[in-house]
Amino acid sequence: MTTKRAQKKSSPAVTSITQKTRLSGAEAPRFEYAPSVQSSDFVQIEKRNGLFIGGKFVEPKSGRYFATINPATGEKLAEISEASADDVDLAVKTARKAYVNVWSKISAKERGRYLFRIARLIQERSRELAVLETIDNGKPIRESRDVDVPLVAAHFFYHAGWADKLHYAFPGQTIAPLGVVGQVIPWNFPLLMAAWKIAPALACGNTVVLKPAETTSLSVLRLAQIFQEAGLPDGVVNLVTGAGATGSALVGHSDINKVAFTGSTEVGKIIARAVAGTNKRLTLELGGKSAHIIFEDAALDQALEGVINGIYFNQGHVCCAGSRLLLEESIAKDFIDKLKRRLTKLRVGNPLDKNTDIGAINSEGELKKIKKLIQLGCDEGGELYEPKTCKIPEKGYFQRPCFFSNVSSSFTLSRVEIFGPVLTISTFRTPQEAVLKANDTPYGLAAGVWSEKGAKIHKVAGALKAGVVWANTYNKFDPSAPFGGYNESGWGREGGRHGLMAYLDVK
Amino acid sequence: MRSISMTDENGQALAIVAAPIDEVGATERAQFFTTRSIKKDSKVHALYLAISMCDLTTLEGADTPGRVRQLCEKARHPVPPDIFNEAAKLKDFPPIPSVAAVCVYPAMVSVAVKVLAGSGIHVASVATAFPSGQSPLSTKIDETRYAVAKGADEIDMVINRGAFLSGDYQQVFDEIAAVKEACGTAHLKVILETGELGSLDRVRLASEIAMHAGADFIKTSTGKIQPAATLPVTLVMLQAIADFYHKTGKKIGMKPAGGIRTAKQAIQYLCMVNETLGAEWLTPQLFRFGASSMLNDILRQIFKEATGRYYYDRVFSLD
Amino acid sequence: MASLVSQGERVPKTLKLFIGGEFPRTESGRSFPVYDQDSKKVFAQLCQASRKDFRNAIAASLKACEQWQQRTAYNRAQILYRMAEMTEGHREDMVSVLKSTSGVNAQTAENSIDQVVDAFVYYAGFCDKYSQLSGCVNPVNGPHHAFTTPEPVGCVDCLFDDDMGAAAALPLVASTLASIITSGSVVTALLPTAAAAQIASLGEIFATSDLPKGVVNLLTGNRSELIDHMASHMEVQSVCYVGSDRAVKEKLKTLGAENMKRVVWRELHANAADTNENLRLENILSFVEYKTVWHPVGN
Repeated sequence: MTTKRAQKKSSPAVTSITQKTRLSGAEAPRFEYAPSVQSSDFVQIEKRNGLFIGGKFVEPKSGRYFATINPATGEKLAEISEASADDVDLAVKTARKAYVNVWSKISAKERGRYLFRIARLIQERSRELAVLETIDNGKPIRESRDVDVPLVAAHFFYHAGWADKLHYAFPGQTIAPLGVVGQVIPWNFPLLMAAWKIAPALACGNTVVLKPAETTSLSVLRLAQIFQEAGLPDGVVNLVTGAGATGSALVGHSDINKVAFTGSTEVGKIIARAVAGTNKRLTLELGGKSAHIIFEDAALDQALEGVINGIYFNQGHVCCAGSRLLLEESIAKDFIDKLKRRLTKLRVGNPLDKNTDIGAINSEGELKKIKKLIQLGCDEGGELYEPKTCKIPEKGYFQRPCFFSNVSSSFTLSRVEIFGPVLTISTFRTPQEAVLKANDTPYGLAAGVWSEKGAKIHKVAGALKAGVVWANTYNKFDPSAPFGGYNESGWGREGGRHGLMAYLDVK
Repeated sequence: MRSISMTDENGQALAIVAAPIDEVGATERAQFFTTRSIKKDSKVHALYLAISMCDLTTLEGADTPGRVRQLCEKARHPVPPDIFNEAAKLKDFPPIPSVAAVCVYPAMVSVAVKVLAGSGIHVASVATAFPSGQSPLSTKIDETRYAVAKGADEIDMVINRGAFLSGDYQQVFDEIAAVKEACGTAHLKVILETGELGSLDRVRLASEIAMHAGADFIKTSTGKIQPAATLPVTLVMLQAIADFYHKTGKKIGMKPAGGIRTAKQAIQYLCMVNETLGAEWLTPQLFRFGASSMLNDILRQIFKEATGRYYYDRVFSLD
Repeated sequence: MASLVSQGERVPKTLKLFIGGEFPRTESGRSFPVYDQDSKKVFAQLCQASRKDFRNAIAASLKACEQWQQRTAYNRAQILYRMAEMTEGHREDMVSVLKSTSGVNAQTAENSIDQVVDAFVYYAGFCDKYSQLSGCVNPVNGPHHAFTTPEPVGCVDCLFDDDMGAAAALPLVASTLASIITSGSVVTALLPTAAAAQIASLGEIFATSDLPKGVVNLLTGNRSELIDHMASHMEVQSVCYVGSDRAVKEKLKTLGAENMKRVVWRELHANAADTNENLRLENILSFVEYKTVWHPVGN
């Protein structure tokens, strides 16, 4: 492209305007965003939180409690009960009783009504839930407010409607609930994962014992209050808080009919082996190392936002994060320049600040893990870019958004799930090579592809070995859209008609 | 990527890249800026800035010298001095800046020039058979020369949408280059009339053509066609400006016009500029609002921030 | 293939494996006999496949995987129907092998071959239908077109219980293999002893039906020797077990967890020959993965 014209006329008009324009009160061309902090004092947090069993908050039989931390400050928020095997046993028995005596007896229509009511209550208490989620998890309030909580309500609403229409989902077959389901969820989307698990389980007629992650119990416990308010029969949903031991007690309990787990592939494999010899059903939503392919004929500015959203959304604590960026070599340099500029605009800081784009890493342990992997990336010869202008708070657990360029497939960084705001970039030359590189992973959760050429989009989307392919978009979720992975990213789907299969016995 | 071969005004071959835009993604990104929460000092700062970026506009068949004079007074003193002094008694706050420019038809330029003499406020004139642009090039050039001769130092031209939509991009380019030539030292703003282009791809392409042909500013709309300025359209134009700057080193200005009525909207646009092009674009040299009714809403917000009281529109004069 | 049972004295021959469209002997050089139920004489020697044979079979199926997936559903349907036609061509051989090696009467043997033909025809007709029955467009809350379609799970290996009756075993093998390849997946099966002597006929059918080489691979041998490898091979996405032994299922699930293999258990009940169980949409859907694709809708 010729730039002769631009160089030739260095517009004298600009100078004249500079001289003439006066500014009062706003001399400097700077625009700092003052802190705009979401008030949180209206959200009461109990100092000590019991287990939710049989419709009541109860003290743990174990008598043990552990602290939950605000990752943005490192300060203790509250104490959470540690459920022992005995507590888990009580929860399962309670769920069984509720299944036999109540939940399997009431009509499907009535089940649906409870779920509709829960959805409404979530909407009504949305700000409270968002604040709690942000305080306990570290994610920006903008995300908990605009993404997590609306999706939580949507999941209950969507599945509420299924409750009395399940026979249409599987025509010509007989369906029955499974019974008591044990569910274990991660800390990255505490409420949303609870909704993904609880809503379909209840709609299909099962009762639930769910264990939230140990660092993020508060919002899920608040959901229990909503269940109480909605009049959900006692024992239909029970919450056992705790760490790994509580989880294995639940998974290993002899009286659950199904296990649903979202978390790391490592733990997923342990669970798969633990239930191998039982009749328990199992669905798993595990890790990922999703490829994000950008072709030269893509809408590059939108692709750039897709990349940002793909890897920096929720601090990169997303199982389907687009963590491996594959750029067509012809545009790689320009795109990386764009990305660098864009990174300088990301605002890292207080998660409660409405202008924060990247919040706190959920725990000290996760932050250490991320830092270690970044160091490893440097050691392996990756080229690290971290915007130096990006300020981070002194207290709390924070990580600047960053990326590694010149990464080859053999690097540890391009193989392991980092689960943080760290992107790796490599290049490709042809669509075939892009697909080959994208599929070069044991995972298969998600993938992204950007091109304005329709035929290519369909070809590549078809060839990618991933359960979700975002074409010319990324990180979109909907209760009606099945989500789940190929290969080592898990078993089964969540959401949509397909998600119902995980909670029904279809014959 | 589609590239359009053209010839520049020096007879040199010029390839203009028609970068594709995904409408949904662009809209989503644009909507993001509505979630920015600009409060306290930042808000006041932004509102002062927004006033200084205003092009107060009157473009009616019914425009008279009287009407134009009143608008020019409003441009000089967005707030009647007595009102300001009264409010300043409650709390000291910086004086309200004058706006950037007054925008009128060519026939009204001399009236505006007279009232605004010595104020530092620019006189902008629409030209080139505004708003339709459906006149011969010679007429457009004559009109431009006339406005400049009468003292306009900014010209807001419209692109030839007839030529653009029929695929004659060369003609669009040539007309802009010719008008630029006719502008002399006057600043050229090129109106794309995005509401008639039909897609963001075309907004992007028209932006590229205008910038290559010599626009100092690119501007969304005449204000006569709906939709006028929108966040997605402005975003696409800002991104075109960013790419042009990184390729050529030349900074092109941006003017969304029409449909921006509130202080809240103004702040959303400023956030978008700040995060798309950077703070260096946050100056009237490089960013303008083509908006008149927005001014009073901004004033109301400033007075509210300063005094804690809510003010009515009519307090600030309705001109 | 000429009839194995000649009028007079017959020489038992070794029946080879079917891997990558070829008929190799086992690289291990081992074999085991099957007997004629009437004469109690050795009917034929079968290859006792080794783990290396299994690995070769998986390598062949991996090569075929993409090609088979990319065939149009209509083309897959044509090939499956061709398999039915080829089965008719081998009917006499298959009946006589079945009669000799299992001692069933002619009527039962014919009936068994009928079921094989039925299975191929049935699944031929399903190739271009199952994705319509199991895919959907998702009404998402936003300007996006989101659709979910079934895709073949990929590389499957398949094993059976040995102790089922020969007349039931053959249709069960045929319908299982047909359901897997109907999904667009590729399969390596260790044949149950009861159907092992049919390997030559089955191989011929697959080799001459325009089925790409490697889409179906057949092994004969000792299940206890191969099961660990079949369960743990990291390039196998799914293992299918047709049988009733819970310990086998547990083993497959435990070892398969290493690469999160999908373990498909078709539990055999009293009447294994129940054609309703053999011919079902669900048998295909056990070998698919659902993929959800999102795309914006805009100008």
